[in-house]
Parts: sequence; structure tokens; C-alpha cells
Amino acid sequence: MSLIKRFGLFWWDFIVGDDWRVAVGIALALGLTAVLATTWASAWIVMPLAVAAVLWMSLRRVAG
Amino acid sequence: MGVTRGWRSALAGTLAASLALAVIVAALGPALTVIPIEVLRLVVGALLLIFGLQWLRKAILRASGWRALRDEDSVYEREAAAGRAAEHEERAGIDWYGFTVSFKGVLLEGLEVAFIVLTFGSTQGSIPLAVVGAVAAVVLVVIAGIVVRGPLSRVPENTLAFAVGVMLTTFGTFWGAEGAGVDWPGDDASLPFVLGFVVLISLGYVTALRRRRLAPA
Repeated sequence: MSLIKRFGLFWWDFIVGDDWRVAVGIALALGLTAVLATTWASAWIVMPLAVAAVLWMSLRRVAG
Repeated sequence: MGVTRGWRSALAGTLAASLALAVIVAALGPALTVIPIEVLRLVVGALLLIFGLQWLRKAILRASGWRALRDEDSVYEREAAAGRAAEHEERAGIDWYGFTVSFKGVLLEGLEVAFIVLTFGSTQGSIPLAVVGAVAAVVLVVIAGIVVRGPLSRVPENTLAFAVGVMLTTFGTFWGAEGAGVDWPGDDASLPFVLGFVVLISLGYVTALRRRRLAPA
């Protein structure tokens, strides 16, 4: 395995971990929050709800 | 490594990794202070959430019985056997296996700790205070290691993982949303409510998954 590939895999494993869907879900939720925050004062509610949903979906993948 | 391969190589690996960590932190630490605070909070929040949810996910699965709790005694025995069985190769007067395993372990775990300390410190505007907290934790762990002088099998590992996951997820949610442009009601005063929310859903998921596991098929 090349040094660059090993370097990339190390950072992937360090940051993303064993369920990439969690990282994608969090990125989407933060994007949605950023869009809503420009016009909606209560956009703070999005992240806690998104965290609950992402965690549950990740758990259900194992404990179907 | 100290017990199975000798303390000299283990301590040399630990020292070398600590020096490498110091260089990395000295190079990257000041760079964090020039990044705009909103961008820093967004990136740090996202990373803390990703780390935190992974910790929480594993802790919830173990607490609800969907994954076996770590048996620290058997893990220690397995690792010690592997350490004893590894080939002995001496370089520069030290056992190379003991050195590299110690180096990698300290560097990887240390990198995660350094990341958390630097980001917590810089987003709250007090890196020295975060460093004091980290140093206090290191001193406590070293004292515990000296007192116990063996594998820390009596540490409630899953409870600690659950607590760490809850804290990282809470701060990640708070800073991530702030970085995305949100104003929390009451500013910092909303943090305990976010913490309470994360604890409640986590405990709720443990209960739900435990019931699901015990339910007849």
C-alpha cells in the first residue's frame, strides 16, 4: 500500500470512523442549519433534533 | 509494552511520541488563532459531533447488550501474549517492537487529546485553562497507573465512554450550530439544556434497544 493511501486511510479512520453516514448526516444538518439561520430565529432546534435522528439511524443499522 | 517487552523501549517510544506531539501542537496551535471564530466553531463542532456520536453509539450498543462489554482482563492477556510472542529485534540498543507500539499508541491517542484540548481552548478563548485541565488529567492517570501497577481492568470503561460521548456531542451540537449562524436562547446558559437533551435521548435509546433485544422474534 502506498504511503499516500495509508496517510489518507489514517485520516479517514481518525475523522470519519466506522460509520460514514454519521459524518454525512452531520454535514447535511449543519448546512440546513446555516440556511435556516438566515431567516429563522429558532433554527437552533435543528441541530439537537438532527443529532437525535442521526444517532438513532446509526444505532438501528447495528440493532436492526 | 513495559511489562512484556521492557520499560526502556516502552519509555523511549513514549518520550519520542511526546516530542513529536509537542512539535505538531507547536506548529498547528498558533494557526488556530488566526481562523475566524465562526469558522472554527463550525469545523470544531462538526468534528466533535462526529467523534462524540461514534463514542456514544458504541457505548449505547454495549449498554443495551447489542455489543459485548469489553473484557479488559482478556484484552490485556491477549495483547500481552502478542507482545511476548513478537520477534525481538534490537536497534540502537532498544527493542524495536516495544518502541514502535508505544510510539504509535501515545502519538495516536495523544493527537486526539491535543485536538480536543486545542479546540476547546481556542473556541472558549482560553487555551491555557484547557491545557491546565489536560495536564491535571495526565497527572491523575499517571498516579493511578503507578498505584494500580497493572491493567486498569476495574475502570468502568463503558460508563466513561458514555460520559465522553455525551460531552463531545453536547459541545459539538452547541458550537456547530453557533458556527452555522444560530443564536442559542440564553447563549451559554443553554448548554446545560443541550447536555440534558443528549443524556435523555442516549438513555432513552439504551432502554429502547434493550427492549428490542429482549422482545420475542
